[in-house]
Amino acid sequence: MTLVLPILRNGQRLPLREVPELPIREFREAILQRIHEGDRLACLCADFDLHLHAVLADDAGQALRALRTKLDAPRYPALTPDCPQAHLFEREIAEQTGIVPEGHPWLKPVRFHLPWTGAPDPWQRGGAPVPGAMDFYRVEGEEVHEVAVGPVHAGVIEPGHFRFQCHGERVFHLEIALGYQHRGLEKALLGGPHPLSLKQAETACGDSSIAHAWAYCRLLEGLAGVEITPRVDLVRGVALELERVANHVGDLGALSGDVGFLPTASFCGRIRGDWLNLSAEGCGSRLGRDWLRPGGLRQDLEPARAAAMRPRLDRAWMDTKDAVELLWGAASVMIRFEAAGRVDPDQAREIGLVGVAARACGLSRDVRQDHPFGPYGTRPVPVAQAESGNVHSRAWVRWLELGESAGFLSAALASLAESEADPRPRPLPPRAPEHLCISLTEGWRGEVLHLAWTDAQGRFARYKIVDPSFHNWFGLALALRGEQVSDFPLCNKSFNLSYCGHDL
Amino acid sequence: MIHILLSRWRQGYRTLPYPKELPALPERFRGRPLIHPERCPDGCRACAEACPTEAIAFGATGPRIDLGRCLFCPDCTEACPEGAIEYTQEHRLATRTREDLSLGPAVEYRLAAALDGELKRLFGRSLKLRVVSAGGCNGCEVDVNVLGTLAWDLGRFGIQFVASPRHADGLLLCGPVTQNMELAVRKTYDAIPGPKLVIAVGACAIAGGPYYRQEEQLGGAASVVPVDLFIPGCPPHPLTILDGLLRLLGRLEPRAGTA
Repeated sequence: MTLVLPILRNGQRLPLREVPELPIREFREAILQRIHEGDRLACLCADFDLHLHAVLADDAGQALRALRTKLDAPRYPALTPDCPQAHLFEREIAEQTGIVPEGHPWLKPVRFHLPWTGAPDPWQRGGAPVPGAMDFYRVEGEEVHEVAVGPVHAGVIEPGHFRFQCHGERVFHLEIALGYQHRGLEKALLGGPHPLSLKQAETACGDSSIAHAWAYCRLLEGLAGVEITPRVDLVRGVALELERVANHVGDLGALSGDVGFLPTASFCGRIRGDWLNLSAEGCGSRLGRDWLRPGGLRQDLEPARAAAMRPRLDRAWMDTKDAVELLWGAASVMIRFEAAGRVDPDQAREIGLVGVAARACGLSRDVRQDHPFGPYGTRPVPVAQAESGNVHSRAWVRWLELGESAGFLSAALASLAESEADPRPRPLPPRAPEHLCISLTEGWRGEVLHLAWTDAQGRFARYKIVDPSFHNWFGLALALRGEQVSDFPLCNKSFNLSYCGHDL
Repeated sequence: MIHILLSRWRQGYRTLPYPKELPALPERFRGRPLIHPERCPDGCRACAEACPTEAIAFGATGPRIDLGRCLFCPDCTEACPEGAIEYTQEHRLATRTREDLSLGPAVEYRLAAALDGELKRLFGRSLKLRVVSAGGCNGCEVDVNVLGTLAWDLGRFGIQFVASPRHADGLLLCGPVTQNMELAVRKTYDAIPGPKLVIAVGACAIAGGPYYRQEEQLGGAASVVPVDLFIPGCPPHPLTILDGLLRLLGRLEPRAGTA
């Protein structure tokens, strides 16, 4: 028997009653079968009423499928043993709602808070949880030792705790405990949109402000059933690609710094600023704050402004090319990049990697291609790919994407320079009550998912954010297996995942 | 090797001439707001109602903006029918006390005064800072980090970010201080040898920023440690952060940076 699930496109709304509600057995089977056929588990979450919701992404078919189940009791047989992609989602469900996925092999806290609903704490900690206090995986043996790092690290970066099980320099296993950045974001969005909701979306992960703000805006526009004009979409595309380029340039510079190749490291540090300043030219903020708004833009790129940005773009791109091309000709860089941090493509698929890290393993996953949004339907951006899954591949994918984004930006600014700016957007019509909407964008790290369904008044009954880092932190742990502890900074930088995007 | 040298020649010397000259800021840059109370229609509270962080209050002389809460978003300027609040290009925002962040129409904004006495002697020409992100979104963090690049070259002012609190003269904090980071912040502060400074960077570290209502955070650095310098913004521009640091060290004498 095959179950036919309704197909949902990225950013479309669907009445909640049309989301198939299956008994838990069939819910599990439907998920496992579609995963077996090549779908990804883009989201799995629970509400406060013993419902589980799942979103399956069929990337080849440009389709999303939502399904749900109603549990009789706060427990169900875990999916993780049969579907490793569910691993962190099921831990999150246990922590947020107290629903226990039974048989989960690695059921530990994610963000170290008590269930929102006042449900019993699955770990029976009795009182406020202590961050990082959990049952860490341990390798025993006379010559085995443990290295613990964090939460505060030696650098200007966010906090997280890392535990390495080592034999000499060799890492058997790395376990990552996060949650230190938890600000209660999803809880804050309940009952919204509130006046601060857009700001909170922009700061869900502050180096991906546009990716998250755009996902948030499209979600509201989808729930309200509004079409956005192509010109507005194009300006949003410019904002997103500027964000991508600035971060990729920064990452390539930081990677070369981590292998001691200082020319590219110091050039890129500055050039990244040139790209950020282009964003500031568009909206006043280097990080793209207050550029987008639901229904349109807060600040348009008028023809004259778009035209003035083009020569600066060309100059920044010339400097970028000059600085980054040095890397590929330096033997000392290549040998370090190629020898570190390999993730096996099959494992990458199994754990559901997204974004740069997935494409570096030869997986063709890019929301801009798979679930096109904004301008990417009519202006497709080729998916950059590499094969080896190591640090070099992740650097190379970024380099290829820089070229594609620079091309996109140049063409987009040219056409914006020739089209009249839109008049200010009108307020959005009311959001449809009791509807579900799923909105995906491709941030510079990978897939950003925002999902919400509304109550009878059109307010958010549940709001779920999945930052690409949520899918990818486990990939970093796998990349470290068999590597040297001393290569951790390099491997970590090649993923450059977000702590606050994970912790929310 | 020849390629590296050629690139070096093409890339040129790019360190900004600051503080001798101010770098150009983008036209849409939102710096210190300017209030025109005479334009306020009677009884109008549109800006205060529009402000998502309740940063605007009304006193006898008109609206006052708490720059510690302000996210420098255009909500108030868009809501005002008369243009009574406008953003200027003024990047200098840092203050020594939380109260000084209250920006009113009548009184002068009191920028951070320099350290004096023993602290000035100790830190004036060499300041080592430990940076801790305690619930920051990586916005303030990246704009702090940028000061280390060759464009800003923080090292030339004797300021450096160090890896251990034991090597530090002070703590630079970003983020609202989440409950889950409270202990780590306290421990880091305690590990810094005295006398020590604390610098709060960004709206979150000053007053909780966009998360000021969430019980998962404590409302900023001052809830945990005494703060010596407040640098507002969401995030502050690198120039604003550098101005604050140099002002604290007495490295910007009244003339400099007032171009």
